Amino acid sequence: MSDLNKLGIAEARDAMRAGDVSAVELTEACLSAVDGAKTLNAFVHDTSEIARDQAKAADARIKSGDAPDMCGIPLGIKDLFCTKGVPGQAASRILEGFKPEYESTITTQLWDAGAVMLGKLNMDEFAMGSSNETSVYGDVINPWKIDDRNLTPGGSSGGSATAVAADLCLGATGTDTGGSIRQPAAFVGITGMKPTYGRCSRWGVVAFASSLDQAGPMTKSVRDAAIMLEAMSGHDPKDSTSANLAVPNFEAALSGDIKGKKIGIPKEYRMDGMPDEIEQLWADGTAMLKDAGAEIVDISLPHTKYALPAYYVVAPAEASSNLARYDGVRFGHRASLAQGDGITEMYEKTRAEGFGPEVQRRVMIGTYVLSAGFYDAYYNRARKVRTLIKKDFEDVFAQGVDAILTPATPSSAFGLGEMKDADPVQMYLNDVFTVTVNLAGLPGIAVPAGLDKQGLPLGLQLIGRPWEEGDLLNTAYVLEQAAGFVAKPEKWW
Amino acid sequence: MSIDRTTAARVAKLARIAVPEDALPKLADELNGILSFMEQLNEVDVEGVEPMTSVTPMALPQREDVVTDGDQQAKVLANAPDAREGFFAVPKVVE
Repeated sequence: MSDLNKLGIAEARDAMRAGDVSAVELTEACLSAVDGAKTLNAFVHDTSEIARDQAKAADARIKSGDAPDMCGIPLGIKDLFCTKGVPGQAASRILEGFKPEYESTITTQLWDAGAVMLGKLNMDEFAMGSSNETSVYGDVINPWKIDDRNLTPGGSSGGSATAVAADLCLGATGTDTGGSIRQPAAFVGITGMKPTYGRCSRWGVVAFASSLDQAGPMTKSVRDAAIMLEAMSGHDPKDSTSANLAVPNFEAALSGDIKGKKIGIPKEYRMDGMPDEIEQLWADGTAMLKDAGAEIVDISLPHTKYALPAYYVVAPAEASSNLARYDGVRFGHRASLAQGDGITEMYEKTRAEGFGPEVQRRVMIGTYVLSAGFYDAYYNRARKVRTLIKKDFEDVFAQGVDAILTPATPSSAFGLGEMKDADPVQMYLNDVFTVTVNLAGLPGIAVPAGLDKQGLPLGLQLIGRPWEEGDLLNTAYVLEQAAGFVAKPEKWW
Repeated sequence: MSIDRTTAARVAKLARIAVPEDALPKLADELNGILSFMEQLNEVDVEGVEPMTSVTPMALPQREDVVTDGDQQAKVLANAPDAREGFFAVPKVVE
């Protein structure tokens, strides 16, 4: 078999179990793909030695017949995950040289299941960004190219998106605070899923906004997302918000039957100035689900418009608190000090040097909305609006809606650097369709559904009921089969 | 609500981020842009609405109040920019 790196997780699992392919061969194919794709700047820390050891162990395990689904599957890991002894910087200068002494719960579970770590993946600094242009490692490049420009893979999980779309790995971990899995997945034509808040442990994942952060899989198909999500999920006593619920067999939920399911189409997601192509894609997706036997209903989520402003209060507030730990004392970078500088100067200089402009901006916004006199006007008001946004969803689910179909992004991938002079708020609009899901703690999945007239991928988003990822994945699977998206970027790198 | 230079300087101080004097006007502008975007929230009627504390209805788990971890001094200090004799070292704090 050639081009083993192009396999998906399910195909590779089946081929390894049948003895057609070994984990070592699969891993070598991925490592040479990674080596040949330095231009894309997706992988930023090499762990090929670990990968080779894990692959050998996986082959032994497969031979012995004791092989979980993820056994021998080569993965890329977003730099936000702590992996023991491997540099992890959250793409920030302030964590330069940091080597965690511990392993995140999610990666522990993946390695226990036999998965293989190819390396750490680029991302926006502290997961703050929608274009992967805030990273200390430099921009990630989208493997899709339509002219001379280099395009963004989206963000913050831009390295994960590029790595999966360019077949450098079979799947990748991502994290999603306001759309950071789903928006990049849509920009590169892959599947990306954010599970229900509490489904995957946050322990050992560098915190951005703790009440919104969830990790999830980024994969080449919905089936692969189901397999990988199952391995990442489960109760963890080390995360006090981790749900003590059994993890279902998500792959088994993919029956392909959605007859009688109620799919809601929210009128508030029809934004002014939305490109016709996105409108058309959404209508096509709706027709596909209807043809598959689902009942389509118009719904209203009246507070949608307020989700982004509420998010840009709540997320920076939590970030300013979470990022207070980067003080130049316990880990990472410390600024060199002038004669007579005391501890305050050390904090201030260290954080000015260590944090990039977007992170500084968000920490300061968060500081402001939490400061005396503004706490009620901004932070408390935003939390009240958040309650209303969640209630919007509860109301439509109470009416019997099983899933909600929306566009994933308001545009296809744009050129790197094109938003440089834009107002920060313009960049925030990228998350307009995804951010509601984080505020309400719901599961959401982006599925590639078509190409725009320039030839760039576009995605649709499905939003599900809490804890019903299996049902959501099944609806996504039906959409994926009907859309029949098979386009791949042509290799130019 | 509008942020002027003085407020921008105060926020930077609270956040412990050194911002040079000449960068304050631009910072104030950017913060104002973001805050005016947030002003939309004032249109929402939040009378009687509880602020969200937990997105999933759940009680925080409790455990026995016993030591479950420890004896990891070397690991704790391993990533410190300056660790000496088993402690984190920092510039002089008190005169």
